[in-house]
Amino acid sequence: MAGVSRRRFLKVGGGSLVAGAAVGPSGTFAEEKVTHVGRVTLPYPEKPIAVVAAMSVNEPVSFQYPDEASPCVAIKMGSAVPGGVGPESDIVAFSTLCTHMGCVMNYDGESRTFKCPCHFSMFDCEKGGQMIIGQATSGVPSIILRYDEADDSINALGVNGLIYGRQSNIL
Amino acid sequence: MTINDRIPLPPADAEKTNMVCHFCIVGCGYHVYKWPVNQEGGRAPEENALGLDFRRQLNALDTSLSPAMVNQVKGGGGTHNIMIVPDKECVVNQGQSSTRGGQLASVMFNATGPTQDRLKYPRLFTGDDWVDVSWDTALKVYAGVTKRILDADGPDQLMFNCFDHGGAGGGFENTWGTGKLMFSALQTKMVRIHNRPAYNSECHATRDMGIGELNNSYEDSEVADTLFYIGANPYETQTNYFLAHALPNMQGTTVDKKKEWFDGETALPAKVIIADPRRSPTIAVCEHVAGPDRMLHLRINPGSDTALFNGLLTYAVEQGWHDPDFIAAHTKGFDEALAANRMSLEECSQATGVPVEDLQKAAEWAYKPKESGHRPRSAHLYEKGIIWGNDNYKIQSALVDLVLATHNVGRRGTGVCRLGGHQEGYARPPYPGPRPAPFIDQELMDGNGKMLTVWACNAFQTTLNAENYRQQLVKRSNTVREAIGKVRAGAVEELVDAIYDAVTNQGGLFMTTIDLYPTKVAQASHLMLPGAHPGEMNLTSMNGERRMRLSERFMDPPGAAKADCLIAADIANALKAMYEDEENDEMAARFVGFDWISEEDAFNDGFRKPEGIDSQGGSTGHLVTYDRLRAMGNNGVQLPVKDYKNGKLIGTEMIYADYAFSTEDGKAHFQPAPWTGLPDKVEEQRSKYRFWINNGRTNHIWQTAYHDERIDFRRQRYPMAPIEIHPEDATALGVAAGDVVEVFNDYGSSYAMAYLEPSMKPGHSFMMFTYNNGIMGDVVTNWTDQNIIPYYKGTWADIRRVGAIADYEETVSFKTRRYA
Repeated sequence: MAGVSRRRFLKVGGGSLVAGAAVGPSGTFAEEKVTHVGRVTLPYPEKPIAVVAAMSVNEPVSFQYPDEASPCVAIKMGSAVPGGVGPESDIVAFSTLCTHMGCVMNYDGESRTFKCPCHFSMFDCEKGGQMIIGQATSGVPSIILRYDEADDSINALGVNGLIYGRQSNIL
Repeated sequence: MTINDRIPLPPADAEKTNMVCHFCIVGCGYHVYKWPVNQEGGRAPEENALGLDFRRQLNALDTSLSPAMVNQVKGGGGTHNIMIVPDKECVVNQGQSSTRGGQLASVMFNATGPTQDRLKYPRLFTGDDWVDVSWDTALKVYAGVTKRILDADGPDQLMFNCFDHGGAGGGFENTWGTGKLMFSALQTKMVRIHNRPAYNSECHATRDMGIGELNNSYEDSEVADTLFYIGANPYETQTNYFLAHALPNMQGTTVDKKKEWFDGETALPAKVIIADPRRSPTIAVCEHVAGPDRMLHLRINPGSDTALFNGLLTYAVEQGWHDPDFIAAHTKGFDEALAANRMSLEECSQATGVPVEDLQKAAEWAYKPKESGHRPRSAHLYEKGIIWGNDNYKIQSALVDLVLATHNVGRRGTGVCRLGGHQEGYARPPYPGPRPAPFIDQELMDGNGKMLTVWACNAFQTTLNAENYRQQLVKRSNTVREAIGKVRAGAVEELVDAIYDAVTNQGGLFMTTIDLYPTKVAQASHLMLPGAHPGEMNLTSMNGERRMRLSERFMDPPGAAKADCLIAADIANALKAMYEDEENDEMAARFVGFDWISEEDAFNDGFRKPEGIDSQGGSTGHLVTYDRLRAMGNNGVQLPVKDYKNGKLIGTEMIYADYAFSTEDGKAHFQPAPWTGLPDKVEEQRSKYRFWINNGRTNHIWQTAYHDERIDFRRQRYPMAPIEIHPEDATALGVAAGDVVEVFNDYGSSYAMAYLEPSMKPGHSFMMFTYNNGIMGDVVTNWTDQNIIPYYKGTWADIRRVGAIADYEETVSFKTRRYA
């Protein structure tokens, strides 16, 4: 958590809290008044999501980011792709909620695409999450990643694009 | 930098108005929220107008909301944020947005956004450049040239290319305003319609047979036993009709509704039959959802639809699945049509390429009595595969013959309907020309016509034989440009003189384009006039189930842009003043009745006074007012209106439920439609070239891409028109995915981006049509049917590799567009 302020740390914890509350009866939220004076980026947490040596080509690794209510996968494509990080520049990660209406998409390993079971939208994981066909008005939000050579880790730093069902990617 | 990870929320008290999607026929309902830029709603449900709790992750299907749905606009006193989101209460889309309608907010004018190059003021070409001019100057030039031509040469020299539809670039107000100008005031018959070269109907045959082409409701697709799509791709082109109404029927979630509606009848999840030479994305979805037991793809040979219907008709009658009582009571001409259309299943199979057993299966699914003994309810839904197919008039006749024989009209769950392209919204004085109407594009290419007004159309991208058309028009336009260039510091009168001389003595053509943007055809013109679209004006249209709504104005048009009906009024009033100056009362009288202040005046003058005009509102249009429509919200009323009672407009769900067909004798008329193969001219193309160049839309792109070419999400997906070809063909041509190819024949040539698709048949291709970069119409022959409807789908050409653009290969997905 080096470099992460106390406020941001609390915010990450808050994500878990919110997810917990979402499945229970609606409670009161201790809403934190966050102001971002002096900056234009949201206070995304930094989060290790995978170790490259443990990843297999075309085997998605599930994680949640920027909080527990946001399902994502990281995929090692096996060859360099737009936005790819890691030693081979081949690792990408995306939100798995369809940006159209929020259904959880399936990763189709054969085509290396996300397929939405609700309205049949498809997104290309090898082209930055571009919508191939479907009803969304944006591609799939991609997770901004950094490869840390020291411990072979892939770390999530932020999100490019609005995750379905949110006013802001940070709840 | 672009901030794309958060959006402003409308405060709870944000202004909320109704908007029907600008684009396809389905006409999904949306709400526009508008609020001052210095305010934002909160995340708690009571703090935002959506009533959603943004303090937590929303559940799937709670909303459809993305950064494309917000923007900043001007109007109503300063700059405002807007959010345009689908209406959950609208019975059409039920809260769903398509990829096209979902970007409505993005395409509204924002001086710093992607639509910043909207036309804001009239623009005049001065010989080598464009300059902004006032409306007064523009109208003096336009009306000045018009009057010279009208007085000296008559109205046949005044040519128009004008919309006739609803939605953006149309609507009842604007079809009336333009129609009154063209047909009553100028009295010209030299008009062609937005996507075709003459003033004709895409549905002459079905209308001649007594059946208007929009005769059921979207709800009928929820309760049909069989959905029979012909030459249609509704997942991509009538998206929310398909997803909100047909899909639940395929999934079986409407079985209870069927039981409730049709007591005692067998009620099962829908069976689907799709006739299409291509395995379209819709077919892939239907195969996934309905499975092989309930989804049948009739992969017919190009242009063989008439044979398909004739084979099915013959077989259904042989099996006794027709309805003799209905035929006897409500139709005429059955025996003659049956004899003329007769085709055995073997002959049908030979012509269509569909195995006999699949033809039998289709007939059983659509026409064989159900287990309960009841006649199946089969909805026959068609679009451009027929309309722009091998002889529009004949195919449609053959289809309606089949539908009539099997009594699939007038009953809930049936219907024989076009699915539609644009929304509808037609109210005009009667067209003053003959049928067939003049082939305007050919007339212009032949040097006829002195002045062309292009009104919210772009034939440079949307006509047949398009390359030759463009070349001839540009050549004629350039003659006028040279003449304009020679006028230095001249008064408007001198300019008019120079233009008139160029069009009279030098073969020139004076061109004016009225549009939202400086389109390709606008750039070839001499005068551009800035129009407005829904949101910037109040506008009424009806969708594919005749559902009429009011799209409300919530912002100002950019600059001096204005509604098309008011532009028409300005033109008429300018001409009236000129004739009054000359004390020519007779001519001045033709231009009276345009004293409209707002678009509502045009609506009241046309739609609400239906006597003697052609209006889709019919004789009861007078019952509809803006206030009454506003009260009906996004659910509106289905035309024709039956009554206004208890504060509500009462509409019509299904036409012909009373079997009073639209003919003089009230009976539906069968029409003989024997199968005769491809037209000679098209057959010749087929013999000369290797690839069938099938064509149509993709779901990302609306029409000519007039907004889409400006939106990154769309342009990045299709930087050039894609052409689907089989991988084996690609290998033989040395073509890889993303390569630029030339598509060419003896009519013209265009470029496209190769998209390898394994489900294509070798020798077949499918190119996105009417695009701004790669125009498919360049290779379409000049053949038309008897009513001057083109056979856009029927051309053959060769393909060769031109080269590669690295960006295309790196940034564009070339994965299959088929879901499964």
